[in-house]
Amino acid sequence: MTSPAPPRPGLPLRPVGQPPGPRPQPIWMRLARPQFIALAVVLLINWALFPGFFTITWQDGRLFGSLIDVLNRGAPVAILAIGMTAVIATKGVDLSVGAVMAIAGATAAVMVTSGLPAGLAVLAALGVGLACGLWNGLLVTALGIQPIIATLVLMVAGRGLAQLITEGSIVTFADPVLVFIGTGAVLGLPTPVAIALTLMALATLAVRRSALGLLIEAVGVNRSAARFAGIRAGVLLVLVYAFAGLCAAMAGLIVAGDIRGADANNAGLWLELDAILAVVIGGTSLMGGRFSIPMSVLGAIIIQAMNTGILISGFSPEFNLVVKSGVILIILVVQSPQAARLLRRPDRKTATASEGKA
Amino acid sequence: MAVFKKLALGAGLAALLSTAAYAEGLQGKVIGFSQIGSESGWRAAETSVTKAQAAERGVDLKFADAQQKQENQIKAIRGFIAQGVDAILVAPVVSTGWDEVLTEAKEAEIPVVLLDRGVDASQDLYLTSVASDQVKEGRVAGEWLVGAVGDKPCNIVELQGTVGSSPAINRKQGFEEAIAGKANLTLTRSQTGDFTRSKGKEVMEGFIKAEDGGKNICAVYAHNDDMAVGAIQAIKDAGLKPGTDILVVSIDAVPDIFAAMAAGEANATVELTPNMAGPAFDALDAYFNAGTQPEKFIITESKLYTPADDPQGEYDRRKGLGY
Amino acid sequence: MTDAQAAVVQASGIVKVFGAHRALDQVDFDLRAGEVHALLGENGAGKSTLIKILTGAYQPDGGTVRLSGVEVAFRDPLQAQGAGIGTVYQEVNLLPNRSVAENLFLGRQPTRFGLVRRREIVARAQELLAAYGLDIDVTAELSDYSVAVQQIVAIARAVELSGKVLVLDEPTASLDRNEVDRLFDVVRTLKSRGLGIVFITHFLDQVFEVADRVTILRNGRKIATHTLSEVTTTDVVRLMLGKDVAFDHHPTGLGGAARGAARVSFTGVGRAGSVAPFTLAVHEGEVVGVAGLLGSGRTEMARLMFGVDAPETGTITVNGVPVQIRNPVQAVAAGFGFCPEDRKLDGIFGDLSVRENIIIALQAKLGWFRALNPEEQIELAGRFAEALDIRAASHDMPVKFLSGGNQQKVILARWLAIDPTFLILDEPTRGIDVGAHAEIVRTINRLREEGLALLVISSELDEVVAYSNRVVVMRERALVAELSGDEVAPETIVQAIAGTRDGPGTPPSAPPPANGTGAAA
Repeated sequence: MTSPAPPRPGLPLRPVGQPPGPRPQPIWMRLARPQFIALAVVLLINWALFPGFFTITWQDGRLFGSLIDVLNRGAPVAILAIGMTAVIATKGVDLSVGAVMAIAGATAAVMVTSGLPAGLAVLAALGVGLACGLWNGLLVTALGIQPIIATLVLMVAGRGLAQLITEGSIVTFADPVLVFIGTGAVLGLPTPVAIALTLMALATLAVRRSALGLLIEAVGVNRSAARFAGIRAGVLLVLVYAFAGLCAAMAGLIVAGDIRGADANNAGLWLELDAILAVVIGGTSLMGGRFSIPMSVLGAIIIQAMNTGILISGFSPEFNLVVKSGVILIILVVQSPQAARLLRRPDRKTATASEGKA
Repeated sequence: MAVFKKLALGAGLAALLSTAAYAEGLQGKVIGFSQIGSESGWRAAETSVTKAQAAERGVDLKFADAQQKQENQIKAIRGFIAQGVDAILVAPVVSTGWDEVLTEAKEAEIPVVLLDRGVDASQDLYLTSVASDQVKEGRVAGEWLVGAVGDKPCNIVELQGTVGSSPAINRKQGFEEAIAGKANLTLTRSQTGDFTRSKGKEVMEGFIKAEDGGKNICAVYAHNDDMAVGAIQAIKDAGLKPGTDILVVSIDAVPDIFAAMAAGEANATVELTPNMAGPAFDALDAYFNAGTQPEKFIITESKLYTPADDPQGEYDRRKGLGY
Repeated sequence: MTDAQAAVVQASGIVKVFGAHRALDQVDFDLRAGEVHALLGENGAGKSTLIKILTGAYQPDGGTVRLSGVEVAFRDPLQAQGAGIGTVYQEVNLLPNRSVAENLFLGRQPTRFGLVRRREIVARAQELLAAYGLDIDVTAELSDYSVAVQQIVAIARAVELSGKVLVLDEPTASLDRNEVDRLFDVVRTLKSRGLGIVFITHFLDQVFEVADRVTILRNGRKIATHTLSEVTTTDVVRLMLGKDVAFDHHPTGLGGAARGAARVSFTGVGRAGSVAPFTLAVHEGEVVGVAGLLGSGRTEMARLMFGVDAPETGTITVNGVPVQIRNPVQAVAAGFGFCPEDRKLDGIFGDLSVRENIIIALQAKLGWFRALNPEEQIELAGRFAEALDIRAASHDMPVKFLSGGNQQKVILARWLAIDPTFLILDEPTRGIDVGAHAEIVRTINRLREEGLALLVISSELDEVVAYSNRVVVMRERALVAELSGDEVAPETIVQAIAGTRDGPGTPPSAPPPANGTGAAA
């Protein structure tokens, strides 16, 4: 390796040694992010609408209460958002996850109703989700189709596929394993919540302890430069779409287990949009690059807290979408760079441009 | 009479097909059927019942699935006209934009019968329309509840269909008409469950939390059975007994609600019959063979089913219809 | 030009502060109608900041800007453009996937009843570009054309839009000598029409060729404004750098230096439509320079070597062992590094930090599961940033905020971090200020002395001569000459580029002898 050259004389240099590393932020600073504030505000509004909102009781060996409902109902979107985060970080998007949920649920339901063991049905459903993701990934990489179009194919065709599997009807089942995935409890937490939290922890560890996170971000920021830097961008892309498919299958199993039936027409309908929204609320840019899986999960919880608030508010349902879009608009405005610039005082602005091209 | 030709559909059809009085009259006729798609179990059942009805009457049915697109339906109808069919059945996907193609059919002297939904077009452009009365469905459900509760006070929560859809508006209206003036019945909460099982469950879950763990809810009225099935699960998850602690009444009469009824978890459902084709064929038969102009609006029966009506038997019968 | 001429732009006491950093400190600048005014300075001197203030992209924190005597405060570049100040930036700022004609008239298409009059656009676009000596299909996508043509289209658009002032921010960085001449003809015409032209470049000889006056900035302060006929290049360089610089000139006996073992060799490597099969070996401790005009196949050759385009023929060996290189992953595995010509597009990860940009290739080489931990990353980035004197406020800041020269050094650091056996540099000094320029040349020499095998593509002949043991010359997508020893001299290279017949263009001229700043065209 090359030995460091002596610094050029006469030029101002940083103090020799390490440049300033990441400054550790106090915990209150990190919690002051708009997402945490948004969640707190939504929860407080819910509490104002319904004073029993924060009440959590222990019932039938599990936690019970509105707050738990928020987590439980938010779990499918949170799981979708985990997979979607990786896809969006590569500057892609996966519109097919809702349809893949339907396919996975249908697969599992049809298998258990025809007498196959539940374990096999779960594995098959996950396998189908993985295969759907691989299909998307190959369309995006091998054929170079834009992600929004490539995944649109499966978004449309996938639901039809699910309908073929269920033959157009809701396939009802009573299999205890599938029902447990949808409505059971693990250590007092609803199974979907436990699954979402576990998946979030594993996925976060996987991307941050390995080099995957950085390489995914690099591909998202500049795919061409990633290629020049010797990154296997194609393999990475296939991987993230496959992961998104797997997450979708997981979410599909949960919603099927929850209603003890595979509803090919409605399972996961429009949830891809909620998942994308969750990722965006979590602060990952649709332009790719920096991502945070836990923040996307937080985004999903914010969305669900809002949905639950609307449900218990007693407002007429005609207001649902107006209220929801209004709140989302406020959240997005607050966390936009423009707003951040307004809120931040100029003297606290980091000297990012100080060494910039002047 | 060639009843039961379609053995594959099972014995379930027998009850539905018994009204086929003019069956011989349509023997050999070619009739086109433009179906919306297969977006729900009920729709699938309608398709299979229509095919069975046609087979039973010896009708040569040309089936076209529009996959939720009006342009596909218009294309299919033009195709039927070009083939020179004897009559056309349409389940229109939307209510507007039909004048042109219906005029073409009229000029070709092919009678058109609308199924299930109406259109915004001049009434002389179609022979008749066969549909259920959604307001009446809601009223039948409401009247049942009024009778079941008697004089006891009862707080009702409502699971609406998709906001703005006509079944949601009409079924709400009918139900409210039935309970109007009964001081002991109060509609305390109403939210949309989007006609789906999972949303029905989620909304009911919220209602139960908001109403003191469900203690303040005496009955749930769902605009369709799927939402009711979801609500039943939410009630059970909350540790209450659906059908006993909270009465469950809904509309559609799909198989799964009969399964719940058989288990004592649902109390009443109002049938939206998938047999729209039967009355349509009857009207066509009378029109072709006797020259009878049918009524412009043929209303199907809105039959009430309760646990007294052999729910297990109904479940088994309906399961074969493709719900 | 006389001093009595009214200033069309008059900026006085301009201050611009970023955080704790004063990018501009009380800078005065004036531009007269009918003059070309060059703006010179090292990276970080404040040139771009000043331009951005004049064109409305930034708002000054102090001072005033007058346009034709009237004080102005532009909210954004669009407003400045409307007032008569047009700008052409270093990197073409147009829409690559729209037609040339659309790019020329974007936002102001002639319409009738709200409909774009396509035929009229095409006719007017052709007419407009004809004035620049460009006869091209204006309905084709902009990206179908070379950077040079794109640059000219950008200039044409800005000239069309601006009435009074044209700002040229390194317009010639991507142009060959012919195109530069053509551009300068246009500049002179516009000047005679009374436009005030601000000209930013790193090519000093171009400044002397076309500009009337020069303003020199250093560290955010104005150092001097001179009429160019009254100063020499050496004066200007001294003002810019605050000292004399010169290359460590042609190393003694470099051309004939004893070669080490062949590090890499390419035998009959070629690809249809890219480069004709070529044979070339690069030895340990050797720099092979690649000369040739724009479009001669220099970059294509580098892309084949690095597997960006897969070679169709030939064999490649590293230290005598055959290797297969069909994609960059294999190239990196073989120890190759490649600093591409287009830094922004193929090189930097703008939103990633300086540190991540430095370690990314090593990380890619190590694989997904052998992640460099934060300490290793900080150590690596710190080591190479220091070795290459990469100046950044923090290694955690996005690399996009660094100057072009520092970005180039980051990419160089990225490849040094994998401990390469063979390094390809494509135009490493393009768009980089004089100081960083000399530094990169010095670095290349140092890497050679440390035993690395390098291939360096450059348009600047005196630079090539300064570091190359051998020079290969490309012409019409083929390797046509290999020069070594005493042949490694600008005149010989020029002859080789020109070949037997005289090409359409004048080959790049040798720099003024006193210059020595690599400012050859």
